[in-house]
Amino acid sequence: MKESIPLTWRKIPDRYRLLGSVCKNCNGYYFPARHVCPKCRRKGKVDGYQFSGRGRVFSFTEIHAPPAGFEDQIPYVMAIVELAEGARCTAEIVDVLSKDVKIGDEVEMVFRKIQSHDPEGLIHYGFKFKKVKK
Amino acid sequence: MVGIVGYGAYVPKYRIKSEVIAKVWGEDPDRIKNGLGVHEKAVASNDEDAATLAVEAAKIAIQRAGISPKKLGALYVGSESHPYAVKPTATIVAEAIGATPELTAADLEFACKAGTAGIQMCMGLVGSGMVDYGMAIGTDTSQGRPGDALEYSTGCGAAAYIIGKDAESLAIIEDTYSYTTDTPDFWRRNGADYPSHGGRFTGPPGYFKHVKNATLGLLKKMNGKVEDYDYFIFHQPNGKFPRAVAKMLGVPNEKIEEGLLTPHIGNTYSGSSPLGLANVLDVAKAGDRIFVTSFGSGAGSDAFSIRVTDNIKNRERGKPASYFIEQKEYLDYATYAKYRRKFKGM
Ligand SMILES: [Zn+2]
Repeated sequence: MKESIPLTWRKIPDRYRLLGSVCKNCNGYYFPARHVCPKCRRKGKVDGYQFSGRGRVFSFTEIHAPPAGFEDQIPYVMAIVELAEGARCTAEIVDVLSKDVKIGDEVEMVFRKIQSHDPEGLIHYGFKFKKVKK
Repeated sequence: MVGIVGYGAYVPKYRIKSEVIAKVWGEDPDRIKNGLGVHEKAVASNDEDAATLAVEAAKIAIQRAGISPKKLGALYVGSESHPYAVKPTATIVAEAIGATPELTAADLEFACKAGTAGIQMCMGLVGSGMVDYGMAIGTDTSQGRPGDALEYSTGCGAAAYIIGKDAESLAIIEDTYSYTTDTPDFWRRNGADYPSHGGRFTGPPGYFKHVKNATLGLLKKMNGKVEDYDYFIFHQPNGKFPRAVAKMLGVPNEKIEEGLLTPHIGNTYSGSSPLGLANVLDVAKAGDRIFVTSFGSGAGSDAFSIRVTDNIKNRERGKPASYFIEQKEYLDYATYAKYRRKFKGM
């Protein structure tokens, strides 16, 4: 599969930094960023928002049959993370197996390689999450 | 004068014990452990590289400094394991911490001392007023040839320093001095997977000559003596060399222990002396004086004289190095070899 460099490049700010959006009318937080607030529509006041990277595990699963390019990473844990501000996103929980994870676990964003299997292609980086040590 | 307004350390979670590596190669584990003074080393996960390590350290440095990343006017990433042969690591880090686009950035390479070279460059830029803040990072996920003596010591880790004006600094850099010669003690040709080294030649003409001369050179320049300092951090390619050079210089053991991390995380190359300094800053008191001498094969040493200020209380804003050093999980050799991509065809 040939990658789209413009698409990769456009996603860098949200993938690298969890850059989403906030509607200042209803205080709704969105990730990925939205240009129009789905609640307020035309009355919405949408602005870019830098998420704190803090959140909790909302649900999770251990991946054993990965998509192409992720074969050497199994088993790994994918989760829906509820960010402290309210939005939800899907991401890997690093440095753990599913036996180490519980719903509600506190996590924080880390910066990791997402995919780099093509030795002559780009290295894709982005956010994942890591359990906060108590 | 200029100083350190923020710093951050990061070490990956995985470790491999020297005895586990020794068993694979039929070596005597005790001989290796005592000979090199390395018990275990930090291993990056398979989704970590020098850029991701640098980002984690840089974020903590920003928290400690309490500044917006947009205020960084310069960012230098020193490493000998930059993820790309061509494409800067510094742009990846700058983007990930939100420092772009108004800054100058570049990658540096000088074996294990590229991180401290970056600190000196930032000192020049801040001191001359060209930028308000500059960040220098030493980061590495270095590799030793399987079975080579280096395999026991090459660890993974990063440390980031934000250099700014002295009034805001948690530690003032009083002075710096470098000692550099062309010495073929360690090298890696383009396209080679693993470095080559001069064996015993890395000792006296490489490490010891440069570390000693840089340390003595800075003491002479400042009219100072060993007794003026509470802590010493020497580059630590293994657990032995820094203790030996301390002895040569008349530095008592208790002044180097806090900054000596290699026995527990291995030699983190560009991260090595910067991580040692971070661990010392985590415990130092206002008024303490710290001496740092890095070393990079090829070869050169940068020495720094540092004085801790009252602003050191700001360190509470970020995680200490020990947070990452104490959080660990041991790997077997096969998993380590997979994470570090030591299998042919991976
Ligand atoms: Zn709204």
